[in-house]
Amino acid sequence: MRAVLSSGRTTGRETAEELARGLGMFSLALGSAQLAAPVAVARLAGVRADGPTVRGVTSLCGVRELVQGAGILSGRGTAGWLWSRVAGDVLDVATLAVGAARRGAAPARLGLSLAALAGVTVADVVAARGLSRRGDDGADECRAVAAVTVNRSRAETYRHWSDLEHLPEFMAHLRSVRVEASGRSHWEAVGPAGSTVRWDAEIVEDREDEVISWRSVGDADVENTGSVRFRDAAGGRGTEVVVELRYRPPGGRAGAVAAKLLGEEPNQQLRDDLRRFKQVLEIGEVVRSEGSPTGQSTRQQLAQRPAQPVA
Amino acid sequence: MRANCWTGKRSVEVREVPDPTILNRRDAIVKITSTAICGSDLHLYNGFIPTMREGDVLGHEFMGEVVEIGPGVDGLSVGDRVVVPFPIACGVCGACERGMTALCENSNPNAGIAEKLLGHSPAALFGYSHMLGGYPGGQAEYARVPFADFGALKVESDLSDEKVLFLSDIFPTGYMGADMAEVGPGDVVAVWGAGPVGQFAIASCFLRGAERVIAIDRIDHRLRLAQETGAETLDFEQVSVPEALAEMTGGRGPDKCIDAVGMEAHHANHALHAYDRAKQAAMLETERPHVLREAVMSCANGGIVSVIGVYGGFTDKFPMGSFMNRYLTMRAGQCHVHRYMPTLLDHVRNGDIDPSFVITHRMPLDDAPKGYRTFLEKADDCEKVVLTP
Ligand SMILES: NC(=O)c1ccc[n+]([C@@H]2O[C@H](COP(=O)([O-])OP(=O)(O)OC[C@H]3O[C@@H](n4cnc5c(N)ncnc54)[C@H](O)[C@@H]3O)[C@@H](O)[C@H]2O)c1
Ligand SMILES: [Zn+2]
Ligand SMILES: [Zn+2]
Repeated sequence: MRAVLSSGRTTGRETAEELARGLGMFSLALGSAQLAAPVAVARLAGVRADGPTVRGVTSLCGVRELVQGAGILSGRGTAGWLWSRVAGDVLDVATLAVGAARRGAAPARLGLSLAALAGVTVADVVAARGLSRRGDDGADECRAVAAVTVNRSRAETYRHWSDLEHLPEFMAHLRSVRVEASGRSHWEAVGPAGSTVRWDAEIVEDREDEVISWRSVGDADVENTGSVRFRDAAGGRGTEVVVELRYRPPGGRAGAVAAKLLGEEPNQQLRDDLRRFKQVLEIGEVVRSEGSPTGQSTRQQLAQRPAQPVA
Repeated sequence: MRANCWTGKRSVEVREVPDPTILNRRDAIVKITSTAICGSDLHLYNGFIPTMREGDVLGHEFMGEVVEIGPGVDGLSVGDRVVVPFPIACGVCGACERGMTALCENSNPNAGIAEKLLGHSPAALFGYSHMLGGYPGGQAEYARVPFADFGALKVESDLSDEKVLFLSDIFPTGYMGADMAEVGPGDVVAVWGAGPVGQFAIASCFLRGAERVIAIDRIDHRLRLAQETGAETLDFEQVSVPEALAEMTGGRGPDKCIDAVGMEAHHANHALHAYDRAKQAAMLETERPHVLREAVMSCANGGIVSVIGVYGGFTDKFPMGSFMNRYLTMRAGQCHVHRYMPTLLDHVRNGDIDPSFVITHRMPLDDAPKGYRTFLEKADDCEKVVLTP
């Protein structure tokens, strides 16, 4: 369809998309290598010493690359992921410099690595800019969409969501929702660096068993709108729940990219929230493992406990 | 309690860790009486499965006695003797309702991590990485069993641990290998790998009425064990497997091919083995897929390739042309253990099979590190190691 719109000519956007795919594959390959053989990769990059720090830092970079690679290739929010790669590139140069200074470096290799990183950074910037030039990518607005299938009737699924005070039970970022007699609701959520953000919201649309949508009103810390739709899943497999959120993150686009680097990927978070919603409806509670005692949270994947009983 | 923990590549250690406690309403705590080391544990041991953490408790084949139950557990009481399936499954989601418990949609709290690597998340498994749940395993004195009312299978006391322990994994897994291949009367089946999983695949093919089973491995004592079950055997270091299989089947190839080896296959040609090993080490591919390639190329036209050997990521040089042009079918999966356990328990009870035939080594839990080494090297004619806490 894109080809038709651009009358068959390769557009800057298509080139950027191709480049993005290449970079995505590169992320996957590099990430896998960093995880599998952190010491070898660090050596190849010119950092000489072994040791837990080098291994740890390189593995962390590996996880980041894998996440970014998968994010880019997923085709969802590609530009955002690419910008997160640019930030990652800057981080890599810094890490490599620090690592080399502290641990001793092989100068020729280090030079090569830095040159390679510079090249990759340029490619990332080109691809990200190409993809960011997009009409629908409102300047400072972020959008998250996720869907889950719940093995329950539409009525039951709708009912559980329509009591907004249930939401913090499965939405990790929400501290509380209080519904006032007027129908307005007061929301409190965890903001950047553990701060609390607050807003009031009103229901915009509420059609039983079909859709609920809301928007923040007045002087909100984070301006946002959202909707949840319910529809029958094919083959009697319960209810498909689709949630869309739009919000202006504190700190604008830069803030959103920084948050992404720290693992706060909004689509992912929303998917985790919906999986918890599904658990609550299907089995009555959030499922916990010893590695993730608080339940679903990809955001905390780097901070997991070992899979050992909780003391 | 004492538990066998993963401490890094090729290293496990029995450590003192906290006792498990109830975290969810449908949990039970099981005091473990027998637990085993699986070929899947070797993939963790060798460092091929991502998202392991130092200190993770290993083990997914275990049984024991219920010593505590959560408020939401029906139909199970303290004192019951149970075998626990290795996938963790809720019993009420769409996948569980359709019997695909290794794909339970609710048991993996880290589904987001698995999604990144696999597209969608399968069920969580005991003691099998954070990507697959971050649940402690059963090579320990006690384990927390989530959804115990659905998962844990009660067994009477007149059957010994050794006869029922493998209902937790390798017997159903071998059986599912034969089931996915739709093995039935008149079939000629080739099974790659004569490890414990391969042995149960072979036995299951015969239980389902296969006419001939050909076992492929290079370890002599394992091939001999397969012969005792009735299989013909091939040593892949002595013969070219595709050629030998063609010859043994009048040029057709086996109707059904079962891969019970997985991502760490060996290649008889040392140069080719080195090639895939190097690519695997450099993470250019995550598997060494010799067996998969060989099974596809060897399979008879219109046949079925059934993959129970575990793979983790991406594979190179898959013979897609052979697969497509010859109307082959491939099925693969972690075993839906819950689905098969009751029928297979009946087979054990009726004396159709005594699953303890694979056990060669018995040791205390504290010797787990030695058990892993022995099983990895297949030293001392090792086929299967059982540990007692
Ligand atoms: N799908 C499941 O649910 C499931 C469950 C349990 C185990 N598994 C997997 O099954 C596989 C086997 O497990 P196991 O406990 O028997 O392990 P194992 O390591 O004891 O056995 C593997 C056998 O394969 C043989 N082998 C290696 N390369 C070969 C080749 N090229 N051709 C033929 N044989 C070859 C080895 O010599 C060895 O005997 C593993 O990948 C394990 O992860 C899968
Ligand atoms: Zn196993
Ligand atoms: Zn389930």
